[in-house]
Amino acid sequence: MDTNQYLEMFIEESKEHLQACNEHLLELEKNPANIAIVNEVFRSAHTLKGMSATMGYEDIANLTHKMENVLDEIRNNRLHVTPDLLDVVFIAVDQLEEMVLDIAAGGTGKLDVAETVQKLHLIETGEEAPVAATTLEKNVSVEITPDSNWLTYDDYELTVIQQSSEQDYQTYEISVKLRDDCLLKAARVYMVFELLEKMGEVIKSSPSVEKLEDEDFDEIFYIAIVTTEPKEDVQKKLMKVSEVTEVLVNSVTIEQLKNRQQEAIDKKQVETNVSEVVEDKNASTEIKPVEGEKSSSPKNQNQGSKTIRVNIERLDILMNLFEELVIDRGRLQSISEDLHNSELDETVERMSRITGDLQNIILNMRMVQVETVFNRFPRMVRQLARDLNKKIKLEVIGAETELDRTVIDEIGDPLVHLIRNSLDHGVESPEIRKANGKPEEGTVILRAFHSGNHVFIEIEDDGAGINRAKVLKKAIAKGIVSAEVAPSMSDKQVAELILSSGFSTADVISDVSGRGVGLDVVKTTIESLGGSIDISSTEGKGSLFSIQLPLTLSIISVMLVELGEEIYAVPLSSIIETAIIRSSDILNAHNQKVIDFRGKVVPLVFLDDVFDVPRESTEEEFHSVVLVRKGDKLAGLVVDSFIGQQEIVLKSLGTYLNSVFAISGATILGNGRVALIVDCNALII
Amino acid sequence: MTEAVVVQNVKVVVFQLADKEYVIPVSHVQGIEKFTHITRVPKTPSYVKGVINLRGVVTPIIDLKNRFGLGESELNESCRIIIISLEDMNVGVIVDSANDVLDIPSDSIEPQPEVVGGLEQDFIAGVAKIDRRLLILLHLNLVLNPIKSGV
Repeated sequence: MDTNQYLEMFIEESKEHLQACNEHLLELEKNPANIAIVNEVFRSAHTLKGMSATMGYEDIANLTHKMENVLDEIRNNRLHVTPDLLDVVFIAVDQLEEMVLDIAAGGTGKLDVAETVQKLHLIETGEEAPVAATTLEKNVSVEITPDSNWLTYDDYELTVIQQSSEQDYQTYEISVKLRDDCLLKAARVYMVFELLEKMGEVIKSSPSVEKLEDEDFDEIFYIAIVTTEPKEDVQKKLMKVSEVTEVLVNSVTIEQLKNRQQEAIDKKQVETNVSEVVEDKNASTEIKPVEGEKSSSPKNQNQGSKTIRVNIERLDILMNLFEELVIDRGRLQSISEDLHNSELDETVERMSRITGDLQNIILNMRMVQVETVFNRFPRMVRQLARDLNKKIKLEVIGAETELDRTVIDEIGDPLVHLIRNSLDHGVESPEIRKANGKPEEGTVILRAFHSGNHVFIEIEDDGAGINRAKVLKKAIAKGIVSAEVAPSMSDKQVAELILSSGFSTADVISDVSGRGVGLDVVKTTIESLGGSIDISSTEGKGSLFSIQLPLTLSIISVMLVELGEEIYAVPLSSIIETAIIRSSDILNAHNQKVIDFRGKVVPLVFLDDVFDVPRESTEEEFHSVVLVRKGDKLAGLVVDSFIGQQEIVLKSLGTYLNSVFAISGATILGNGRVALIVDCNALII
Repeated sequence: MTEAVVVQNVKVVVFQLADKEYVIPVSHVQGIEKFTHITRVPKTPSYVKGVINLRGVVTPIIDLKNRFGLGESELNESCRIIIISLEDMNVGVIVDSANDVLDIPSDSIEPQPEVVGGLEQDFIAGVAKIDRRLLILLHLNLVLNPIKSGV
């Protein structure tokens, strides 16, 4: 079967199922007795197994199968959920993810999962049951329930079996188990096959003969054979092969096989139904409450709207085309203003409105819930907490907040960094917390919310906070600040020092955060996205890292201003208001010109000086001022005149001019010329 | 360019700057544009003339004459902008005129320029003598070294 056309769908769905597994397993850890959650995980695993087997990814199918067995034992109350058990299951999920990612990257999805399979197998069988002894005893008499690791046959093979049985041949399904430490697995396989071929005809094997020859299997393999020999003889002969620990021979009739085939088909249908349910769940915007019961009723969340998957590249193309349209709209607007033709004005007006709506739709289409980034953190926090021997609870708030896809893609790594930092440096160990009168379990809150034209993502912990003395000592030692300046720095300024390059407060470089990259990387990434990061911290109480991000990166509202012959754009998001001030109102405060703006002293920035605008100096009586802000600081940008507000398409200056002072990018105006966008953050220190 | 030397024949674009002829491999040339409005970018070296709108892409423009310390180009309708694409960046260079596309046999390229002196020497990958013309091969990576403007 040519499965290429399904590959993309397979990868997407696998990712979703794995994510569902992760989420439910985390829930399960909190409510170990809740069988409903186990069922959820089981369903995801089962679907994944079915899909991967269909697609021919044996390793995935194999591993999920083992995982499923363990889950089944839990479901049937034969096993209890323990953190150690979950550790193994999590490893399995991780490896599955790795394989899926490998497939997504064009790989074969192969991975050595033998160890994990072995671990799962040990859990499944339980320590108290010596596997070989018990199963050997029942092997002759007890019918082994067929499971999907047993063989499935295609029509041709079924026909062969049917014809053989008509000639009084028996069909046996044999499972052969080799010793764990078997050195020459392929040789044993060969010997087994040779023996069998003397007795009858081998119909099928699982894994396939090629894989068996490559030793690409665990200690068990399955064979189907037609023969006239009694099954006891077959079993005894095979047991003679050295390093074979267990041989199960199970006679099957053609009817049984046909039933099994039918069952498999039915199962598959169930699987597809399940996968639909899971998908709908993902589409619904509801945040999942922590209680376990909710997840047991996925049908309730079935009201998710109809969706289609669109390749992000296509959206990007659409976006680029739309940007061109916005530029042309600007051009049309400026032409119609010059021409004063009422019909043209009307048409342009209408077109502006439509493109405005269109813009909203396209932007919304690119919006993705931050959930897609956030949902990998519970897992990470759990693992880190275990590694660090800390007790940490992660709260996620506002996972439904939407952000532009391009921002989402970039924001993951910085967040990982900050959370690691919070866990490693922020939250103290349980003993210290207890000694300081705090609950043993530390809390880390991951929060996202909209505010105006921005999205905020915050990481808050109730840990030790930032140790001012320690940070300053380090900063002075590294030459980041001078010893004289240090005492006069505010706590906030000190906290922000940890974002400077080459800074790490950890005394011992730990595996968790001492990876050679500091928080400065986080700062750079966020700033490259047009965002900013802010730290506030109280020693002993905890820290708050607040990241401010623009909603979208490509189209922004600006105020166009004129400086001599040149036009600059000031992002509306930083503008508070505009004002016209008299020259006589400008005051001199120690070499800095300031104005009194509603009782507040606001420094003035003469943009033509900053940008060295070529012009004849003229003394004007009135100055146009754009009041901008960065955080709680204000500044007045003095310009020649305001042109007006406009939506512009953000363009980068390219790699050649990779960082120009106080310029964050460029745009193309209606007349086809380039205007530069002023970076207000760089102008306010 | 050094890797160009390995190839048998190098196809190059020839352009004029002051009284000298320079060449760059045609594989790096995206196009030759007429002069358009340049938006000045403040706080950049003097040889960065600014940026232009090249069919929707904001493209930086540098003045090669200034870059080589040969004075300023006169910006007028007759000068040309050669758009060079190097690695992942596009940069336009202002030249007096772009006149020719030539095949240079790689063995005629001498790596050590002895004839040319002055500042521009650093930017030169080699010289080639074809008939009676002396063609100067530019070291694009050095000429178009990305710039950062400080605070």
